[in-house]
Amino acid sequence: MELMNRLPMSFRALVLFAGLFFASATGASAFTIQEVTSPGGIKAWLVEEHAIPLLAMNYSFRGGTERDPAGKEGVSEFLTGMMDEGAGEMLSAEFQKKRDELAFRMSFDAGPDFFEGGFQTLTRNRDAATDLLKTVVTAPRFDVEPLERVRQQYLLNVKETEQDPQSMAWQVWMEDILPGDPYSRRDGGTEATIAAITADDLHAAHRRIFNRDTLQVSVVGDITAKELGPLLDKLFGGLPETAAEQPELPQAKPVMGPMVKVIDRDIPQSVIVFGTEGIKRDDPDFIPAFVMSEILGSGGLTSLLSEEIREKRGLTYGVSYGLSPMGRVGLYAGSLQTKNESAGEALDVAREVIRRYVEEGPSQQDLDDAKTFLTGSYALRFSSNAAIANQLLGIQQQNLGIDYVEKRNSLVGAVTLDQVKDQAKRLLHPDRLIVTVVGKPQGVK
Amino acid sequence: MILFKRLVPVVFAVLAATGPASALDIDVTTFKLENGMEVVVIPDHRAPVVTHMVWYRAGAADEAQGKAGVAHLLEHLMFKGTSKYPNGAFSRIVRANGGNDNAFTTQDYTAYHQKVMKDRLPLVMELEADRMQNLELTDETVLPERAVVLEERRQRTDNEPAGLLHEQLDAAMYNAHPYGKPVIGWMSQVSKLTRQDAMDFYAQHYEPANAILIVAGDVTPEEVKTLAERYYGPLKNKRPLLERVRAEEPTPNAERRVTMQDARASAPSWQRQYLTPAARHLPQREELAMSLLAEIIGGSNQSRFYQTLNLDKKLAAYSGAWFDADQLDHGSFGVYAAPNPGVTVEQVETEIDAILADVAARGVTQEELDRSRSNMNASAVYLLDSQDKLARIFGVALATGQTTQDVLNWDEDLATVTVEDINKAARTVLDRKASVTGVLLPEEKSQ
Repeated sequence: MELMNRLPMSFRALVLFAGLFFASATGASAFTIQEVTSPGGIKAWLVEEHAIPLLAMNYSFRGGTERDPAGKEGVSEFLTGMMDEGAGEMLSAEFQKKRDELAFRMSFDAGPDFFEGGFQTLTRNRDAATDLLKTVVTAPRFDVEPLERVRQQYLLNVKETEQDPQSMAWQVWMEDILPGDPYSRRDGGTEATIAAITADDLHAAHRRIFNRDTLQVSVVGDITAKELGPLLDKLFGGLPETAAEQPELPQAKPVMGPMVKVIDRDIPQSVIVFGTEGIKRDDPDFIPAFVMSEILGSGGLTSLLSEEIREKRGLTYGVSYGLSPMGRVGLYAGSLQTKNESAGEALDVAREVIRRYVEEGPSQQDLDDAKTFLTGSYALRFSSNAAIANQLLGIQQQNLGIDYVEKRNSLVGAVTLDQVKDQAKRLLHPDRLIVTVVGKPQGVK
Repeated sequence: MILFKRLVPVVFAVLAATGPASALDIDVTTFKLENGMEVVVIPDHRAPVVTHMVWYRAGAADEAQGKAGVAHLLEHLMFKGTSKYPNGAFSRIVRANGGNDNAFTTQDYTAYHQKVMKDRLPLVMELEADRMQNLELTDETVLPERAVVLEERRQRTDNEPAGLLHEQLDAAMYNAHPYGKPVIGWMSQVSKLTRQDAMDFYAQHYEPANAILIVAGDVTPEEVKTLAERYYGPLKNKRPLLERVRAEEPTPNAERRVTMQDARASAPSWQRQYLTPAARHLPQREELAMSLLAEIIGGSNQSRFYQTLNLDKKLAAYSGAWFDADQLDHGSFGVYAAPNPGVTVEQVETEIDAILADVAARGVTQEELDRSRSNMNASAVYLLDSQDKLARIFGVALATGQTTQDVLNWDEDLATVTVEDINKAARTVLDRKASVTGVLLPEEKSQ
């Protein structure tokens, strides 16, 4: 029973991209990032940490669920579920038995812009475990038996997602703000698309995603740069040089509100999602905008929104409102849950807090507090191998440079009150929010 | 002062397999302050960061009749302020110092924790020591926070059919013991809790002799001892410690079944829990035998459940088993499955009953034991990467009547478990009379 503000952000993109910033580090980092280039030309960022006989690796390829072909929505996520169901000459059962014997951890995740892999192994099993991972990465099998079995799991997942009030609110909100864009499709597919996915579709998705051109890798743990080079070649050297040719997707065009949509559901508490267009990570003013958004609506209890809606009025267990930069668009979205009777009131308070923030901006004290927190807490996000690997991959994906960990705190430290006020005026539009409510809300307008 | 000073034993196991590589020194040190507060120090020098936790041996099962949820409400209210640090200053100060803080409440303990750069350790100790004895509450702060907790309950439980069913399963499991009421409390009782209820619980339980301090991270035991004596040492116990006596649970005589139909459920699901002794009432070897049993029945893709329910018979999309005895008075052994589309709950349950009956009657194999033991050993190594999780393991052990020695002997005891130990565990634990079965069904039965 955890107290506090771990808001269930069921919208994957928000978790994925916001995470990079909630999860960043202090200038005085206690570790050194090496850029390793393998004999075969594959690059990785490495942090050596020999205190524990473990290695953590995160890697990704560009092109996530947004690239699922029309009518095959959900194929990238389906692929994540098939990656441990046999590879090379090994059928599913044999592969899983070997994996369990070697006790390595392997995961895959299909985000909107990136397809990511995670891997952890004990040092003593490193060679054998990476032999297996190499086969998975280069030659996954999609045999009939596992395919049909995994299909049943995804059918259940689809039903669960369609029924869950939080998923429903985020899905409808995405459809309203980005109508017709691949980002607003159902990442996990529908019953119809999941039912239609074939082994050929999975092979095509694997071919589309796994290539050396868009590969990015971070490794943290008990391995030296000299050992890592050959290991990278072993794992990824067998992948095609480039991805299959595919047309560029256009920039996504968010719709501006005001728009309020209520989806009637018989639940005691309304789920409210609200927001507008935001900015992408490569926006020159991203850092001031990020600091601006943290003061207003970070997940913590000290944000202006939390102060008014939770602390003073007791209307919600948690409210958050933040930037969600993606590859082809930036969004600025928030959510809260409150009993049906107070849905209108909570939304009105949120709008009013945002309006006042646009007009007055934060105080110098608010800004100073936010900056001390953001800079002081950056290092906390680098306190385990797994966490560091995750951070470093995010920095590579966003193209922020290998010195970003060192630079990041001075970037935040340099933000001025005027910059924050400008960004508030630029990005906040309380009268033009797109709002989705799931429940039986009262007084929502 | 040093009771234990040795490597965490799982590391020995790994090193034995790798040869003398880089040794990880986790010298777990425990000592007691004069006021009775226990202290555990777990050094981890990889980053200049510390995790600071204070655990109170008080949770929902210690609440007075009719006051369900007050332990958890108090946990929220502990962030409201003291005369020295009023108006929610605690979190603001931690944040202004670049730290994170949070807290959690369970049936048996309530814990408060911060993660900060190591030079801020004195600061969080001062804040935490201050609120152990100087909490000040007014209706103006209590009432909105009570409303927040009600929203938390709606979010976790009332909006979620699985949450509601879980609550009913626990209620059905315990006839007398307070574990039958939810940690967050019943809506009807939480909504009537007062400032005085919270202060009563605070006065009764928040004392140095009832608290455990855990510091993990870039510190030495000597540093922690100096700081703990400075900040927590001066605190005096205001009243003698109460013995934690909870209503005794009678021997269960009949299996129970809870079926819930809910339009919001997307698909049927099935689960069962068996009442077991708590870890402190079991020799660790018996406790580990039960953990291994759970692993063999449903802990991996090699398990009995997965091989039969998921692979051979294609009855379940998800299945599993777990064992948790880290509570003060009782533990539970659980099994669960989600039927594949088109498969009924009855079909799944029949097959699960057959698998469990077979395990109880014919036992497990040496190969199953070896594989599961090796999985558990590997999991322990992965755990070393997480300062927070290590800290929690020691906190849970001490707050539920176990010892640091239990934690440190974990791998040695695990190594001694035999097939016969597991078979005995299966015969003991899989007693339907001590079980509650829960079924969640969508409103229209499509099957």
